[in-house]
Amino acid sequence: MTWLADHWRDVFPLLGQHIWLAGLPLVLGLVIALPLGWAARRWRTAYPVLVTTSGLLYTIPSLALFILMPLVLGTRILDPINVVAAMTVYTVALLVRSVADGLGAVPEDVRAAATAMGYRGLRRFLAVDLPLSVPVLTAGLRVAAVSNVSIVSVASLIGVPQLGHLLTDGFNRAINGELITGIVACVVLALGFDVLIRVVGAALTPWTRVGAGAGVQP
Amino acid sequence: MIAAIWAWLTSPESWSGSDGIGARLLQHLGYSALVVAIAAAIGVPLGLWVGHTGRGKWLVSAANAARAVPTLGLLFALALWVGPFIPGKAAFLVPSVIALVLLAIPPILAGTYAGVEAVDPAARDAARGMGMRPAQVLWRVELPCALPLLWSGVRSAVLQVIATATIAAYIGLGGLGRFLIDGLAAGNYVQTAGGAVLVSALALVVDGVFALAQKVIVSPGLTGGGPAGSGRWGRPRVRREIVLAPGKPGEASGVVPTTSA
Repeated sequence: MTWLADHWRDVFPLLGQHIWLAGLPLVLGLVIALPLGWAARRWRTAYPVLVTTSGLLYTIPSLALFILMPLVLGTRILDPINVVAAMTVYTVALLVRSVADGLGAVPEDVRAAATAMGYRGLRRFLAVDLPLSVPVLTAGLRVAAVSNVSIVSVASLIGVPQLGHLLTDGFNRAINGELITGIVACVVLALGFDVLIRVVGAALTPWTRVGAGAGVQP
Repeated sequence: MIAAIWAWLTSPESWSGSDGIGARLLQHLGYSALVVAIAAAIGVPLGLWVGHTGRGKWLVSAANAARAVPTLGLLFALALWVGPFIPGKAAFLVPSVIALVLLAIPPILAGTYAGVEAVDPAARDAARGMGMRPAQVLWRVELPCALPLLWSGVRSAVLQVIATATIAAYIGLGGLGRFLIDGLAAGNYVQTAGGAVLVSALALVVDGVFALAQKVIVSPGLTGGGPAGSGRWGRPRVRREIVLAPGKPGEASGVVPTTSA
C-alpha cells in the first residue's frame, strides 16, 4: 500500500497505455471479425477454413508473436504497433467463431419474417441478424478482453511499457508492493473491461430483459 | 533477416550441445508434459466430482475468475515468494512448475465439468435403469460422454503451458524460452526470432497431435462418425442432436408443430 501511495503518479500512464494496447485491438478485432464471420456463415466451405485458420493463429504463443511481428510488419521491435497487431490477431481469432456462431443462432423464422417484411442483404444483416447475435458476440468479446489484458502485460518483456512494467520491475528489484500493484491493477482492468462489455451488450439488447420467450409463443 | 534466421535454425551447431535446440526442445516438452500431467491429475477428478454430484460449482466459477490474474504476475510472484524457500537448482524449477500447474487447472477443470454437465440425462437414466452403480455410471457413461469437452479443456491447457513455459525462462526455467529471453537480453534478434519460430512450430505440432488423439479416444458413438452400430454404445444414429433435423424447429423434439395460418 505504501508503494502505491508513493508511486500512483507513475501507475496512471501505464494504466492508460494498457487500456489502449488491450482495448484498441478489441475494436479492430471486432471490425475485422464481423465480415469474416459473416462469410463463414454465408459460404459452407468458408466456415471450416476460417475457423481452423483462426484456431491456428490463436495457437502461437504471445511472446513469440510479439517478437515475430516486426518481421511481418517491418516495424522496429520496440514499436507498440507490434503489440496492437498481435493482440488484434488474437482477438480476430477468438471472434470469428463467435460472429459465425452468433449469426447461426438467429432463428430461421425470424430471418424469414424479416425477409417477408422487405429486409434484404446488408440492411437485413445490420438491422436483424447482427442485433440478434449481440449476446453471443458479447460472450466472445468478454473472453477476448480478459485474455487481452493478461497477454498485453507480457509485452513488458520486449520493452513496451504498460502495467506489465510494474510486474517485471517489481520482480527484478524484488519490490513486493510494485508487483502486487501490477497484479491487482491488471485484475481490476480486466474486470472493468468485462463490466463495460456487459453493460454495452445489455443496452444493445433491451428485449433480453423482457421475460424470456415473451412474444414468441407459438 | 529471414535468411539469417533460417541459417540459425538449420545449422548443426545450433542444434547440438546441452544448450542447443535439440536439448531445449526436449526440456520444453518435458516440463510441459509434467505440468499438464499434474494439472490433469487435479483438474479431471475435481471436475468429474463437481459434474457428477452437482456440488462445489463455485470451484469452477472461482477457477474461471482466476484467469483474470495476469500469468506474468503469477510467475513473478511465485518466483519471488516461493523461490527463496527452495534449495539449490530447484529454486528456479519449482516456482515455474507451480505457476504453470495453477494456469493449467482452470481449463481442464472447466472442460471436465462442462463435459459431465452436458451428458444427456436420458443416457444417465438408462445406465441407472440397467443397474449400474454410481461409480459405474461415472466411469462407463459420464466420463466417455464428457471426453470431447474434457479433451478440449486439456488442449487449451497444453497450449497455455507451452506458451507460458516460454515466458518462465525469464525466471530461470530451461526450454525453448531461453532462446527468446537470452536473445532479447543480448539484443540478438536472429536467435530471438528463431526461438519464436521454434516455439510456434512446437505449439502447432503438439496441438495437431492432440487433435488427432481426440479422434482416436472419443467414442465414434459421440461424433456420429463411423458405420451405424460400430459405437461402443450401440447405434450412434439415435443421438438426440442428430434426430433434430436442422431447420425444423419444434418438429422433431416432440413439440406439436405449429399450424401456419
